[in-house]
Amino acid sequence: MSRPSLQSWRRQLFGSVPDTVLSLGLGALISWAAWGFLHWAFGQAQWLVLRANAATLTIGRYPEAQEWRLWLLLGLLVSLTGLSWGLLRGRATAAGWPLNDRIAAGLLSLLTLVVPPLLAFGGLNQLRLLFLLGLLLLLRGLAGRWLAHRWGLRLAQSWPLVWAGAYLLGLWLIGGGLGLTPVRPSDWGGLMFTLLITSLTLLLALPLGVLLALGRRSELPLLRWVSVAYIEVIRGAPLITLLFLGQNLVGFLLPGGLAPDRVWRAAAVLTGFAAAYVAEAVRGGLNAVPRGQLEASRSLGLSTAQTLGLVVLPQALKVALPALVGQCIALLQDTTLLSIIGLFDLLGIARSVLANPDWLGRYAEVYLLLAVLYWCSCSALSLGSRALEQRLSSSNLRPAHR
Amino acid sequence: MRSFSRTPAALLLGLLFGLGGCAGGQDQGPGAGRLAAIKARGTLSCGVDGKLPGFSYQDSDGKYVGIDVDVCRALAAALFNDPNKVEYRELTSSERFTALASGEVDVLSRNSTRTLSRDATGGNGLEFAPTIYYDGQGVMVPVASGITSLKQLAGKTICTENGTTTELNLADRFREQAIPYTPVKYQTGDQTYAAYLQGRCAAVTSDRSQLAAKKTSFPDPAAHTLLPDVLSKEPLGPVTVNNDSGLSDALRWVLFATMQAEESGITSKNIKEKLAFAKANPNQADLRRFLGVEGELGQQLGLPADFVPRIIASVGNYGEIYSRNVGSESKLKLDRGLNRSYKDGGLIYSPPFR
Amino acid sequence: MTALPWWRDSRKVGWLVQAAVGLGLLLVVALLLSNLEHNLTRAGLRLTLGWLNQPAGFDIAETLLPYRASDSYGRALLAGLVNTLRVVGIGLVLATGLGVVAGAASFSTNPLLRGLSRTYVEVVRNIPLLLQLVFWYFAVFLTLPPANQALQLPGLQLAKSGVYLLGARLVNGELVGGWRLSLELAALLTGLVIYSAAFIAEVVRGGIASVPKGQWEAAESLGLKPLATLRLVVLPQALRVIVPGLNSQYISLAKNSSLAVAIGYPDLYAVAETTLNQTGRGIEVFLLLMAVYLGLDLCISVLMNGLERLVSLKDR
Repeated sequence: MSRPSLQSWRRQLFGSVPDTVLSLGLGALISWAAWGFLHWAFGQAQWLVLRANAATLTIGRYPEAQEWRLWLLLGLLVSLTGLSWGLLRGRATAAGWPLNDRIAAGLLSLLTLVVPPLLAFGGLNQLRLLFLLGLLLLLRGLAGRWLAHRWGLRLAQSWPLVWAGAYLLGLWLIGGGLGLTPVRPSDWGGLMFTLLITSLTLLLALPLGVLLALGRRSELPLLRWVSVAYIEVIRGAPLITLLFLGQNLVGFLLPGGLAPDRVWRAAAVLTGFAAAYVAEAVRGGLNAVPRGQLEASRSLGLSTAQTLGLVVLPQALKVALPALVGQCIALLQDTTLLSIIGLFDLLGIARSVLANPDWLGRYAEVYLLLAVLYWCSCSALSLGSRALEQRLSSSNLRPAHR
Repeated sequence: MRSFSRTPAALLLGLLFGLGGCAGGQDQGPGAGRLAAIKARGTLSCGVDGKLPGFSYQDSDGKYVGIDVDVCRALAAALFNDPNKVEYRELTSSERFTALASGEVDVLSRNSTRTLSRDATGGNGLEFAPTIYYDGQGVMVPVASGITSLKQLAGKTICTENGTTTELNLADRFREQAIPYTPVKYQTGDQTYAAYLQGRCAAVTSDRSQLAAKKTSFPDPAAHTLLPDVLSKEPLGPVTVNNDSGLSDALRWVLFATMQAEESGITSKNIKEKLAFAKANPNQADLRRFLGVEGELGQQLGLPADFVPRIIASVGNYGEIYSRNVGSESKLKLDRGLNRSYKDGGLIYSPPFR
Repeated sequence: MTALPWWRDSRKVGWLVQAAVGLGLLLVVALLLSNLEHNLTRAGLRLTLGWLNQPAGFDIAETLLPYRASDSYGRALLAGLVNTLRVVGIGLVLATGLGVVAGAASFSTNPLLRGLSRTYVEVVRNIPLLLQLVFWYFAVFLTLPPANQALQLPGLQLAKSGVYLLGARLVNGELVGGWRLSLELAALLTGLVIYSAAFIAEVVRGGIASVPKGQWEAAESLGLKPLATLRLVVLPQALRVIVPGLNSQYISLAKNSSLAVAIGYPDLYAVAETTLNQTGRGIEVFLLLMAVYLGLDLCISVLMNGLERLVSLKDR
């Protein structure tokens, strides 16, 4: 099989004179760029800045004395991920775990063994990370073996509630209050803060966006006008002007002196902003649901709320899912704008690290790390969305068989 | 679809401008207003820079220190007998005045220059407390560039920070002397100095005290120098909002108390003896009034009677504040210059406490 | 036959819901506006536009419009707007060019070209624009050598004092002549163009993919080379699908130009921020900004709708 493809490669690359010239030219360009990059990476670049600031980049200026709460949260998330993984993939076959799972496990182990020493995490932290890795794989195995078999269906129905509870618990662990020392939002920062803001904004913007989309399609004129006005005005404005409005002028709109923390203001603005785009994505989904569905459910006597909740929205959201994941990716990228208004998301904390005269001029190293982190997150999301799309489109064939 | 969406925006615009016509100012007595709200709340909310050594920055323990910070601590000590009852909010120069005007912070203690348009009701509408640091604007250049006067900066780039009197003064001075230049503006001080250190500009300009403070954190402080030219007067001080004389009067006299204490020779070290001395000697009228042993000076301001001893005990007098943060006991070692007491030829002068 | 109870009558419920929503909205807006008025009064600010005529007092680093510090705030904002339009105009042209090339390249017969184009799109799309901008400015353009050691590329000279196109000469250690782009403008254009072109490439790719394969095969059987096929047969048909997609990408580019404030380029948003600091007129400045950006979007939409009508299929 390999021989013919080699032939076809040669034909494609060097088939004609222009092709050959192009291939040689591009080949030269690529090798020159790669050589230059490697030369810089191993010669001139000073990677010490990453090692010295790894903690700051990950959790911002979170007080050291309270870091145990973040480790606890990480442990909680890892356990839940392991259990979910096991539940999803179900019982193992006789040959053991499926191939994808084994690749994932191998990759994770490699990362956990190699990266922390490179970034000079302390010995204690490396041990903790290895422990968490072991916990993840153990729980995945156990859940696959025991849980999926017996309680799979019942658990699957209430599993989202478990995640919701874990999210709230996570918020409590990070923020404090009610027994734990409160940590001000201005001390949250880095990767943890970016993930927190993205997830929080997304969770709040989804219902709001759905409401706006429904409002836009409503037959009631007031609801329609208000929704359209909101969506069009928000979509026409650059996010930076809206963030600036939120930061500077919210104080004017609220009764004397009551100004929520800057972080919450920015989160509120991001939510409002994302909701408008989510509304457009959901509207596309709603348009794709055939009108017959609505009429059929009406003829069955379902009220408007039931129609929406049980018939229309599930189908609409399924169609809109790729667009929604696209919005999720855009939201993750938009959190970088928080650095312009002085908040410490991942980019913001990186810039404040670079402002330290000790690390003057180390822009390329730090920004490259950030680029890799963002690229991995966004790519993972879009790959997941494509996989989900394929799964759902294949499941859409089923109604035809009835 | 598109043209429709501009109608709500236009309506909102018109509505807001119409409302502007209904404005009217009200003055408030010492018992009402912001001061009462602060006392009820139990903490003071202070806007600071947070990244300027000597004025307001976080030391290695995460505590805020600096002259601007000590102003807030003094007011908190006067109000609550606890200088730590302050909530600090770090503000960039872009947002500092809107944060104050909107009520997000009670007092803005962020090395802000007092100017007419900031003070006037028709301008920014702010109220300036007495100047606590008389400064001037300066220009810093690398020693290697060989630049020794402003004229040699003709045609070059100069880095400044957005939203400060600095950029305005730079424009004025260079226009007066007909020196062409290109300004490059960044949003934060950090970026400005980073760009200067990387050679993007031939010079950087800011208040001389700020230049000196930042220079100490450069990788090679000796490679940079301040030009002798002083581009402007920069009287720095804390700010409150207009139409709130309760809070602004209290703040004013808290600052004057530190200056008067230095003039009277009262320090944080001898305040206890001075207080005991004042209580024991009824003929020391000035001292007794100043320290609140007799008279009602504190109450007239809405502060407790012993507000002056509280202040001196927690932050010290003006001289101690200066030397601890930017003077002989600090890394900056800035000369007091115009910031000496009037008796020594400077501009620090407190009206009488009576 | 019993009458329908009011809560089952969908028309009545509809009116009730509207009334409730309307009342709720009115209450919230009234509350916010009254707080606004109270706080503005307390701070001594009234909403006017008269301050636009006062002298600005600050300089702008680069303007196409002649501007001095003694000109009014209105003129300063106008200069900022011209700067924004300059970036958006050049950016749209360059991004479209690069995007079309990258999009068409993903259909090339040469696997290296295909791979390069796909890699470019996949990498650039998933990295935030702001990160790319600060990278280009701080990590690349700020590290350029000084003028007397300028980097020489064909037709281009790169130095710390700027990017010079078309023949600049070294005079007394400084580069003069030619067309000069400041470092900030060059970095902004580079970042914006590379980012937007990736998305435009996707749109173009989708458009070309929508053209039936039969068209390609027919053209090939007629003896047309691939490049000519693309130019004469495929692209004109693909444009019908591409133009609507370009509309949203162009609007995105116009909005993204506001990120210039992060790297020191004085576009409209940056000048507006300086104006806000110096005058304290937060609300007016904000409303002006929104109005201008909405207007810009409207212009782009109108233009693209016109273009769409031009390339759409004429019904027989």
